[in-house]
Amino acid sequence: MHLLEVKNLHVEVDGRKILNGLELSVGKGSVHAIMGPNGSGKSTLAHVLAGKPGYVVTQGEVLLDGENLLELEPDERAARGLFLAFQYPLEIPGVATMTFLRTALNAQRKKRGEAEISTPEFLKRVREVAAKLAIDQEMLRRGVNVGFSGGEKKRNEILQMALLEPRLCVLDETDSGLDIDALKIVADGVNRLRHPDRAFVVITHYQRLLNYIVPDVVHVLSRGRIVKTGGKELALELEERGYAQYHEEAA
Amino acid sequence: MPAVQETVDKVRRIDVDQYKYGFVTDIESEKAPKGLSEDIVRFISEKKNEPEWMLRWRLDAYRRWLTMQEPTWARVKFGPIDYQNIYYYAAPKKKAGPKSLDEIDPEILATYEKLGIPLREREALLGIERPAGEDPYGKVAVDAVFDSVSVATTFKEELAKAGVLFMPISEALQKHPEMVKKYLGTVVPISDNFFATLNSAVFSDGSFVYVPPGVRCPMELSTYFRINERNTGQFERTLIIADKGSYVSYLEGCTAPTRDENQLHAAVVELIALDDAEIKYSTIQNWYPGDKSGRGGVYNFVTKRGDCRGRNSKISWTQLETGSAITWKYPSCILRGDNSRGEFYSIAISNGHQQVDSGTKMLHLGKNSTSRIISKGIAAGHSQNTYRGLVMAHQRAKGARNFTNCDSLLIGDKCGAHTTPYVETKNSSAVFEHEATTSKISEDTLFYCMQRGLSAEDAVALVVNGFVKDVLQQLPMEFAVEAQKLISISLEGSVG
Repeated sequence: MHLLEVKNLHVEVDGRKILNGLELSVGKGSVHAIMGPNGSGKSTLAHVLAGKPGYVVTQGEVLLDGENLLELEPDERAARGLFLAFQYPLEIPGVATMTFLRTALNAQRKKRGEAEISTPEFLKRVREVAAKLAIDQEMLRRGVNVGFSGGEKKRNEILQMALLEPRLCVLDETDSGLDIDALKIVADGVNRLRHPDRAFVVITHYQRLLNYIVPDVVHVLSRGRIVKTGGKELALELEERGYAQYHEEAA
Repeated sequence: MPAVQETVDKVRRIDVDQYKYGFVTDIESEKAPKGLSEDIVRFISEKKNEPEWMLRWRLDAYRRWLTMQEPTWARVKFGPIDYQNIYYYAAPKKKAGPKSLDEIDPEILATYEKLGIPLREREALLGIERPAGEDPYGKVAVDAVFDSVSVATTFKEELAKAGVLFMPISEALQKHPEMVKKYLGTVVPISDNFFATLNSAVFSDGSFVYVPPGVRCPMELSTYFRINERNTGQFERTLIIADKGSYVSYLEGCTAPTRDENQLHAAVVELIALDDAEIKYSTIQNWYPGDKSGRGGVYNFVTKRGDCRGRNSKISWTQLETGSAITWKYPSCILRGDNSRGEFYSIAISNGHQQVDSGTKMLHLGKNSTSRIISKGIAAGHSQNTYRGLVMAHQRAKGARNFTNCDSLLIGDKCGAHTTPYVETKNSSAVFEHEATTSKISEDTLFYCMQRGLSAEDAVALVVNGFVKDVLQQLPMEFAVEAQKLISISLEGSVG
């Protein structure tokens, strides 16, 4: 069985159809890239997987390890191991990043019937992961994403991902707004998390990110459905020839 | 599934009633007849065995009150209050004055225990542990006021050793009448406003604190107010005097049973800080807010004012307002002394159909007096939440400075937040700064938190706690945790 299965997914926002029968199967241990032009439904897919309000699923199903995700609240999906790295991470003034990390981790553990993490264990883990992502302690004391640069925000997303140890990581345009150095740090962070039990869905407009996070499978999304699937070389081909041809096929 | 069960429990709790202090204590009480008249004023004064001047003071207030009108300028709406349908005096029945806690009705002690107040001497003696390195005095002395009278004060002896007087004001009128006479009504005069004048006529108890020169009060002082009886008004009077170079930190907490009808609470608090003295006054106000449809709840019309009478004196108000159907309250500072300082830190949370009109006045009279106002209003449900403030500099107040920051946070789209700041300056050297923001907890922020595993309720609590952090830090440490819990309880049911 695949870790993630999306079957015939139809989604509307404000009465407008965005996803049109999308099919996607992602196995454990694999990295799938989803590429597509603006407006093709990439972010919608990420949001629907995570359960963001405002999206109406009119048909289809989404299964995580065989369980219907669409019936679960966003926090319940998170507790079952779904993580979404946001394209635009939110700021939470007055809540120290450290507090946020701990609250989130313990909330998930509680929902899974696990004990809270001890303070020394928590601090140790945060320090380890933060060091690898070049996040200093001062940043962890600041309010969540408050005054963070674009690169810092994205690194903070990966930090959370590493701490929460999800089974399925969805990265929504994580490369947007990053310079090449920041991109490398983020990609390294992701690569360290690659694991036979964990899968990644990497959503991106550009091929650049995929030089660093090398996918097993590349899908092209156009007008709300997958129109082509191939290996990593498909990304290079798209870089060269653009998305125009797929627009026509989808139409 | 545990997660689902938790949600079910939570919803059930919200559905029934989230106000956990709504129980009624069944004790016999002695009441004055309903209604207000000169006879009732005399009755109260006689019950308290007051000196003649005190009775005259009360009668003077009563006669003025008859000529006054309820103020109508606040952004609160309520039906007419029938002042003749209220009991102005209710006391738990007891034999003349308890000598020790053993003589107090066990039902009352049980009530305070339910409220989580360590009233029993043996519990209180254990004190509350503070983290190492903190003030070695971790104890809290408690005065408990049940309906109209004070039932117990703890740690009296230990305080007496330091020379600190902490007792019911009725007792102070017996033991230290000259001191009460010297200070009572000097900060809030009897003609001050409709509710303060009513209080002056009928107040039955409250706390009295005097800290002698140079003394740092060795522990937190605290009063818990409880309205128990039906149709009973609570009119307590608190008078705190910090003599030269002294320091005191005082905290009051308030709760009331769940009742369908509205209960009236009209308190007056007067603080006086002499040269180099400092008073820190904190309130955790959790009167019954009424039910989901807005029925019942306490009408909280309170006059609190501090007088920085001496040079370099300082008065700091910190308040966490979560209860009451209506809150009408403006803890203020008269910055009379040169270099005096006033502070106002406030968190006002309204949910359901609550109406809050609260803020402060900083009246700069002394040279180089400074003040700081940090107000955080949080509105949820169908509530209305108004900050109303005045910062004023007198001609004499050269070099006066004020910094004001008013932030409002809206949860949902059926509530309202309003900011009404007044600034008046009569001299050109005063520097007043004002910042204000209004924001809404966005769906996106909630979704972000939930994606990380927090439930919707926990997400709101987290965001709100971040929003109020600056003010929470001002509360005495013993109460900060309690306050944080209270915030999440108050906002239960505000989302989803």
